[in-house]
This record gives sequence, structure tokens and C-alpha cells, in this order.
Amino acid sequence: MLILVILVLAVGTYGFRLGGVLLRDRIALPATVARLLPLAAVALLAALAATAALTEGHGFAGVARPVGVLAGGLAALRRLPFIVVVLVAAGTAGLLRLAGVP
Amino acid sequence: MRTIWRTADRALIRDVAALVAAVGFVGLSFGAIATAAHLPLWAIVAMSVLVFAGGAQFLAVGLVSAGNPVAAVLAGLLLNARHLPFGMAVADVVGRGPARLLGAHLMVDESVAFALAQPDPGRRRAAYWLTGGALFVFWNIGAVAGALLGAAAGDPATFGLDAAFPAGLFALLLPNLRAPGRKDAAAPWVAGTGAVVAVAATPVAPSGLPVLLALVALGLAFVVPVRKAAVSC
Repeated sequence: MLILVILVLAVGTYGFRLGGVLLRDRIALPATVARLLPLAAVALLAALAATAALTEGHGFAGVARPVGVLAGGLAALRRLPFIVVVLVAAGTAGLLRLAGVP
Repeated sequence: MRTIWRTADRALIRDVAALVAAVGFVGLSFGAIATAAHLPLWAIVAMSVLVFAGGAQFLAVGLVSAGNPVAAVLAGLLLNARHLPFGMAVADVVGRGPARLLGAHLMVDESVAFALAQPDPGRRRAAYWLTGGALFVFWNIGAVAGALLGAAAGDPATFGLDAAFPAGLFALLLPNLRAPGRKDAAAPWVAGTGAVVAVAATPVAPSGLPVLLALVALGLAFVVPVRKAAVSC
């Protein structure tokens, strides 16, 4: 199952990559589609970040994880490097759990 | 290869080196997070080498571990559909003949952005191959290192790795939302609405579907204008 997910994703992605290169002179992408594609990426990534931060299964994810994500998010807003964002988020959540916060 | 080094100037190589270091750490995080989501090492390596698209890889891991592989494929492909217009924008630098087949695989946000920022065709070609090639190597080294580190760390929740994933996604997303750099004024509205819709749908919708439902936020694109002229790419 997992191998299928990876292969379909790989073939499809490569198809988009090579397709654009080969189609360049043959079609023009409608302006609306060209605008919506990057916005779709933004919507999907934002939705994934929010659900991964706040939910677990069909319920809420507790306290430690959302607070950790909030701390990491603040680090990102302050333009700190990616690795710092990740470490702040993980460290905060880890320390809160160590202190007994769910 | 020699022509690439000759045409790529010092400033470009410095910028690419900084970017590659950052991407290596994102790859490291990907490997560690995918391990925490119980993906085996072979799957992490296969995904990083064959898909080679950070956002889609994170998305797919999140949705696979949520138990919805179909949503993982659909959302990943939708996310990567942007490579179609990318390919049209950089077709001339990707190469001719068989080289094109390899060059197309090195097409990621960063290699396209660096290429388009160069003033002439020679430098565009050099920037594209240099950025894409270096990112491919370091992304994959990072992913393997992260997977090994993640496996050594044990239970991901103890070290807060479950919080690292959404925070990292937010950091990757931020340049698209912030006022000076963003290409579309609708982006923060779409992101915020998509996030709210997905979280609200989570208690009731089957796993994986809430993230796809966020696409209804695209309707806002017809209400909020681009405002700033979009960079053609």
C-alpha cells in the first residue's frame, strides 16, 4: 500500500515536471488556473498544519502539542532559522510533557 | 559541468550554499518526522529520491499516518501540480534531449526561483542545475540522517516531535503569507479559512478528508484580488 502511494505520487509529480517542459510551446495555461494552483498548495499545507497541531484522530490533541506548535510558530514569525523553529516546538512540547501536561 | 561553474558567479554559489544547508535541515526534520509516523527507512528514502518535493512528502506522511492513503496521493498530486506551470517557465534551461529527462526531476520551488532570478540564459541554466542538483543531494542525505536519528530517539511524543511537524509546515508556508514576499493577497485568507474548515471538519469527516475540504477556501480567490502584480512563473 505504502509503495503504491509513493510510486503514484512519484510518477504523477514527474509527469507534471516533464509535462510543463514539453508542453511549453503547445498550450497556454488559463490565468485562473495559474493563479489557483499555488493557492491550492497554500490551502492544503495550512489545513495540514492546523489539523496536525490541534487534533489527534477525531478529537483534540491535548495541551502540550498545540503550545509547542505555538512556540515554534512565534519563532518562525520572528524569522528564526527553520531548525530553530523545529527545535523550539519539539522542546516546548517535550518539556511540557515532562512536567506532566497532557 | 565546467560551463556551469564558469557562469555561476560567486554570489549565486554563496546563496545556493546557504539554501542547501537550510534544506538539508528540512530533510533531516522530514526523516525524523516520517520515522515518528512509523514509515520504514526504505519508504523514506524512496519518497525523497523519487518524489523529491518537500511539501508533498510532508503532506503524504501526515495523511498516510492518519490512515488515508488515497487522500495522501490526491493531496500530494494537487500540491505538485504547480510544477506544470513551473516547467513551462523554465523549459529553456532544463536542457535538450536526454538531459531534459534528468533536468525535469530537479525542478523544485527553489531551483525555479533561482533560475528565474538570473539575468541571462547562461546563468539561468547554471543556477537551475546548480540549485536543483545540490538540493537533491542534500535533501536525501538529510532525510536519511533524520530517519536514523528519529529511530534512535525512540517514542516521538517524549521529544515533542509531533509538535515539530506542524510548526515546520507553518515555517515553510509563511513566506507565501507575509506581505512583502507573497505573490497573492488572497493567500493568507485562503490559508486561514482552509485551516479553520479542516479543523472544524475533523471530528465528523473521515480521516484525510478534512485537509482536502480546505480547498473550498479557494473560492476566496474570486473575492480577494491578487492586488500586487503576480510574478510570471
